[in-house]
Amino acid sequence: MKYIDEYRDSKLCEKLASQIAKIAKGKYITLMEVCGTHTMSIARYGIKNLLPPNIQLLSGPGCPVCVTADADIDKAIAYAEKENIILTTFGDMMKVPGTFSSLSTEKSKGREIKVVYSAADALQLAISNPEKIVVFLGVGFETTIPTVAVSILDAKMNGIKNYYVLSMHKLIPPALRALLDDKEVCVDGFILPGHVSTIIGVEAYKVIPEEYGVACAITGFEPVDILQGILLLVKQIVYGKPRVENQYRRVVKEHGNPKAQRLIEEVFEPTDCEWRGLGVIPRSGLKIKDKYSDFDIEKKIKIKIQKRKKNTRCICGEILRGVKTPLDCTLFGKRCTPENPVGPCMVSSEGTCAAYYKYGFNSRAMQEEKL
Amino acid sequence: MCLGIPVKIVEKKGSVGIGEIGGVKREVDLRLVNNVKVGDYVILHAGFAIQVLDEKEAEEMLSLLREVFERL
Repeated sequence: MKYIDEYRDSKLCEKLASQIAKIAKGKYITLMEVCGTHTMSIARYGIKNLLPPNIQLLSGPGCPVCVTADADIDKAIAYAEKENIILTTFGDMMKVPGTFSSLSTEKSKGREIKVVYSAADALQLAISNPEKIVVFLGVGFETTIPTVAVSILDAKMNGIKNYYVLSMHKLIPPALRALLDDKEVCVDGFILPGHVSTIIGVEAYKVIPEEYGVACAITGFEPVDILQGILLLVKQIVYGKPRVENQYRRVVKEHGNPKAQRLIEEVFEPTDCEWRGLGVIPRSGLKIKDKYSDFDIEKKIKIKIQKRKKNTRCICGEILRGVKTPLDCTLFGKRCTPENPVGPCMVSSEGTCAAYYKYGFNSRAMQEEKL
Repeated sequence: MCLGIPVKIVEKKGSVGIGEIGGVKREVDLRLVNNVKVGDYVILHAGFAIQVLDEKEAEEMLSLLREVFERL
C-alpha cells in the first residue's frame, strides 16, 4: 500500500539502526514514546531488538484509554446506569476497569452501552433513537477531539436535542511538562506523537528543549519513520543540541491543522484533569464551553463520584510514567493477561503491557531489560 | 487510539469523499482539511481526514535517506 510499504523497507531499517549504534556509541540514552500507536509499532516491528543495548525505549502516557482515571470510568458507568441513556464509546474503553466494574461488565448486566467507530456514529444513533438520551464518551487526545467538536456542532446545526458528550479529553503538551517536572522520570528525548502533532503542529513543543533541554522528534508510525526519529534524537543528544525536529513532514505542518484547532477552541476550553499515574495536571483536560452546554451531559444530569481506593498490586501508574516496565509487575503475564486484564495498560490494544505480552516478552531486548 | 492511515480519495462530493486503501472503500469526512482533490492521499482518523499527505515531502524524505546511506 502506498505510503506504508516503502516505510517498511528492511534494508533502510538496518542502515538506520547501524547509524544509530555508531553515533550513540558509549552513551547511555533513554527515549520515551508518548503515543500508543508508537508503542505498538515498536513492539510489532521489533525495534528494540534493532537498537544497541545502550539505548532504552520507554513508553509514556500516550494511550488515552490507559490514562483515564478510575473515577472517570466510574462516572461513565454511573451515566450508563441511568434510565433512558445509551452510552456510546470507542471499543477500547469497554474492558477498562474502574474501581469495581467496567463498561463491558455493565453491558453484560443489561445496560445500554454501544461501541461506535466515531462520534459521528453516536450522533446518528441519537437521530435514530429520538426517545433516548445518547451520550458519547469523549476519550482521546488532540487527534480525536476535533472529530467530537464537529459532532457537537452538527447536533446544534440540525437541532438534535438528545445527543450529549461526556468530555474526558486530554492534551499532550501539559502531560509532557508534568512528566519532566517529576523527579523520578529520567528522559533524554521524546519520540513525539505524529497524529497529535498533525493537529497541534511543531511549535506546541518548543518549550521542551528550551526549558528542559530535552530532545524532541515528531515521528511517523512505520519502522523507517521510528528509526529515523530515533536517529534524529540520538544526534541531538550526542551533539548537545536539543530542539524539535519533524521527521513526519509528509503529514505534520509547522502550524498543524489550524482548521481543526479552531474547531477545538470553538467547542472546548481547558480544565484541570486527572491522569492515571500522573495525578491532576493543570489545564490538561478539555470541558465543553458554556455556549454548547446543551450537549454537555454533566450539565444536564449531575453525578458526583466518590473517590474510592482499589487494592491491587497493579503498577500501571508507574508504567505510564516510564519509571517501571511491565516486567517489574508481579501480576504481568500471570494474573494479568489480555484475556483477564487487571490494569488498563493490558486492556488497551495500544497499552504497554499488551504490547509486551503480544510481541514476545522473551525477545532479546526484553531479556536485557529484565537483567 | 490516534491511529491514522493514508487513504486515497477516489471520489468527492462536497465535503464528503470516498477513500480507498487496499481495495477497501469507505466514506471520509473532509471538513477538517482544505482543498482536497480526487487522487490526493489523506490521513484518515475516526471517519475524518485530518491532513492531506504531502507527496513531494514523502518522496524527498525517502530518496534523501537512500542517497545518504549509499554514500556511507
